[in-house]
Amino acid sequence: MIGAMTSDSGQPGVRTAAVRRPGDTIFRTLTTGAGLAIVIAIALIGLFLLIKAVPSLAADKDNFLISANFVTTDPNNLMFGIRDLLIVTVLTSLVALVIAMPVSLGIALFLTQYAPPRLSRPFAYMVDLLAAVPSIVYGLWGILVLGPALEPFEIWLNSTFGWFPLFATGNIPISGAGTIFTVGVVLAAMLLPIITSVTREVFRQTPVMQIEGALALGATKWEVIRTTVLPFGRSGYIAASMLGLGRALGETVAVLLILHSSPKPANFSLFDGGYTFASKIASAASEFSQPLPTGAYISAGLVLFVLTFVVNAVARSIAGGKAAK
Amino acid sequence: MTTTASTLDRPATPPAFQAVSGSRKIKNMVATVLVVLAFLIALVPLVWLLISVIARGYQALLSSDWWTHSLKGVLPKEFAGGAYHAIIGTLLQTIVCAVIAVPVGVLAAIYLVEYGRGRLARVTTFMVDILSGVPSIVAALFIYALFLSTFGLGQSAFAVSMALVLLMLPVVVRSTEEMLRLVPQELREASYALGVPKWKTIVRIVLPTALSGVVTGVMLAMARVMGETAPVLVLVGYSKSINFNIFDGNMTSLPLLIYSELNNPNPAGQLRVWGAALTLIILIMLFNLVAALVSRFSAIKTK
Amino acid sequence: MNMKRHGVALGIMAAGALLLTACGSDNNSGATGGTSNTTSTSAAPKVDCSGKKTLKASGSTAQKNAMDLFVAAYNTACDGADVNYTANGSGAGVTDFTGKVTDFAGSDSALNPTKGEPDKAAAACGSPAWDLPVVFGPITIVYNLKGVSDLALDASTAAKIFDGEIKTWNDPAIKALNPSATLPSTAINVVYRSDQSGTTDNFQQYLTSAGGWTKGAGKTFNGGVGSGASGNPAVATSLGQTDGGIAYVEWSFAQSSKLNIASIVTSKGGTPVKVSADSVGKAISSAAFKNPSGNDLSLDLSSIHKTTATGAYPLLLATYEIVCSKYADAATGKAVKAFLTTAINQGQAQLATNGYAPLPDSIKAKLTTAIDAIS
Repeated sequence: MIGAMTSDSGQPGVRTAAVRRPGDTIFRTLTTGAGLAIVIAIALIGLFLLIKAVPSLAADKDNFLISANFVTTDPNNLMFGIRDLLIVTVLTSLVALVIAMPVSLGIALFLTQYAPPRLSRPFAYMVDLLAAVPSIVYGLWGILVLGPALEPFEIWLNSTFGWFPLFATGNIPISGAGTIFTVGVVLAAMLLPIITSVTREVFRQTPVMQIEGALALGATKWEVIRTTVLPFGRSGYIAASMLGLGRALGETVAVLLILHSSPKPANFSLFDGGYTFASKIASAASEFSQPLPTGAYISAGLVLFVLTFVVNAVARSIAGGKAAK
Repeated sequence: MTTTASTLDRPATPPAFQAVSGSRKIKNMVATVLVVLAFLIALVPLVWLLISVIARGYQALLSSDWWTHSLKGVLPKEFAGGAYHAIIGTLLQTIVCAVIAVPVGVLAAIYLVEYGRGRLARVTTFMVDILSGVPSIVAALFIYALFLSTFGLGQSAFAVSMALVLLMLPVVVRSTEEMLRLVPQELREASYALGVPKWKTIVRIVLPTALSGVVTGVMLAMARVMGETAPVLVLVGYSKSINFNIFDGNMTSLPLLIYSELNNPNPAGQLRVWGAALTLIILIMLFNLVAALVSRFSAIKTK
Repeated sequence: MNMKRHGVALGIMAAGALLLTACGSDNNSGATGGTSNTTSTSAAPKVDCSGKKTLKASGSTAQKNAMDLFVAAYNTACDGADVNYTANGSGAGVTDFTGKVTDFAGSDSALNPTKGEPDKAAAACGSPAWDLPVVFGPITIVYNLKGVSDLALDASTAAKIFDGEIKTWNDPAIKALNPSATLPSTAINVVYRSDQSGTTDNFQQYLTSAGGWTKGAGKTFNGGVGSGASGNPAVATSLGQTDGGIAYVEWSFAQSSKLNIASIVTSKGGTPVKVSADSVGKAISSAAFKNPSGNDLSLDLSSIHKTTATGAYPLLLATYEIVCSKYADAATGKAVKAFLTTAINQGQAQLATNGYAPLPDSIKAKLTTAIDAIS
């Protein structure tokens, strides 16, 4: 029974029905429509953000790309640009990534290679719990609990490595620790479960033959990992990290609550304050009433959309066909 | 692993196994320590955060009013009322979102697995990935631009649900897709062999087989959108009363309750903030737990 | 077997959901502050509760907490009547009102003629719209400086601190106002509100009219120094951790966060005035109106900021309810009238403990006249 059909198996969709049934046609149209709806949704997001952003961009008195201002109080005199938003968004996300990437790699290795098989599942659940905490709670915790605790460390970093631009004194005082650095640490905690869960799955799929082969050659556990698990899972790990990056770029409320702002432009220090795209939009959400100023924020949202679009597209191309989940 | 074999078994040229050299041992040790350390580091924020939230918020949850009453008519400084209106709001918005997102998501997944070929399928897969990367604030802005700004509709819980749909769709599609791919090909073929049409095969054979996995995915997706704060800031107003009407009026969800009570200077406000945070975490964990249980008891089916 | 187990899980969830829906209640009567007020406020006037059951309003976030108190009082005075107030910002509040979405608006500023707002509102109402200043909230200048627990500032010194001209605490200008204090050379760290807020707007207006501030007013801080935190609690937290810090917050937050509050040397000079319900009331009483005769009670804020009344605390935020003088729907007018009457009478009782200032009698009288004229 099976043998007769397996000639074209593997691809569930590869089959040409001899008889066209109306039910099939309807169902096919329905599912295709659902798939199409997703494509259309993305197109609409881009389109509508663009439509709403263009009038404000046209009315912008500053250069949108290089201005550090974001003054929208007077609709007739809009002055806004994304220089600082971009710097702060990228810096916070990079800090988060630099912390979260090695740690998630360690966790994924621990869960797949080191932890006792019986405990691997509950341990994995514990890491996943980090993803169950809503971002507003991360924000509360970040500004009221973690920030004050990190403050001495940040002051030490600043006074010891202040000669290095990243650790130079920023445009806000460190006191209160509402800095890019604190945000990065909190974002890192939020990224851990995201990066870990994908990486874990990829590592699990390392061919047992390879691992056993390496063991048979007398490799230590670490050597097994280095020669089999890591090369096998590298693209998946990098793709997972890019997904995490995408999430960090768009994180809103946690950043809004934690990050202090500054009237001075950002100067590429981790102890700067400011806004990310997302937190800037959310900070003004209560004042969305006039079309032109609102459009200024929508244009920031458009840039964020493009940014995450690019990051996700890159993640996908790195993952290639095999690790794209 | 080292040599304890008898003389007879020994190969001709000694030594067969060299003792693992010191530097390799040390490297191995360091790696082990680092990996275990990484796991412990992950537990630090989790434990710290949970303890902070529980310590500051558990008192609010002890009162029975918390689960059964709204905050209507309660003064900012009174230790009274509850989060019932916000719990209801959170559940309503999430459920309405699921009602829209699940059918579309499952159908799209069926398309990708059972029908998808050619360019449209590739584009759809790509777009699902992109959609899963769309930040919640961008989804909220889009709905704002579409519903509020273009159609001139007012703020409503339905607008929030629509923004959540955008966030939930890719999760549902991805998990359903994965589950459908796990359904053994033989099942489909057996069905076709019996002359069952393709659509009926999918609806009657493939979907039921994958059902529990799909349910798990949906529960996880609901847990994910439940805690979203950005859409509620832009798309709906705060209310202290219970509101069951999705289309009209203000509706509070737990994130919105947290965000509004932050501006309440009184100790009662702080308690509400942390109490709501704890409630939200518990709610999300419940969804996760149910998802875990469903997937656990049904794992046999798919393998 | 599996399906049974799912069934159990789902059943439990469904039961939980049902339980949750069944027991919910909006009735918090046991706790309502309004209940005690009606008995304690002997002069509570009778209100006509026959108007529309639920009013819709939106606007200023600054008067949100006061609105909660008013609504609680209104719930008590008129059984079953309610006001749905959305704190979505003053701008949105006015837009909602002129777009006929709401019955009245809460706003941090009166309708602005240069933007054509009064005309738009009048067109929406079919009658002139009135600005009624019902909620007054003191703003405090708070600081965190080791060894200093008593500090006096005047408007021009404050302006210089908040625009960065004065950089250290031992600056002669501060010393001159605090001859007895030992001021360290600690650098001044300004903390401001980074989100758009009426508090910032009113604070800058005060600095402009009384202190020669040249950076302009508005809902975003224009001082160009320091660091901004989002919302009052973050400002208070940040200040608590900053030695040499100075900030402005609503009075209620200064109290609940136990921050040091600076007293203010007013335009009259002499003894610095501490913030209190009494001193704020004196400042409000001294307010002048833009059109002294009519019922549109739009305030001339600079008269408060530059008040020369003895013991008056001049730094405060005034927010308005913007209403139609004559509502197209009589039932709505009745309800608005009933609500505002309760607000300025029974609603005042708890204001002081929530960081607002109760209305002094002179303003209350004017408001009563205006509210009675609403139809």
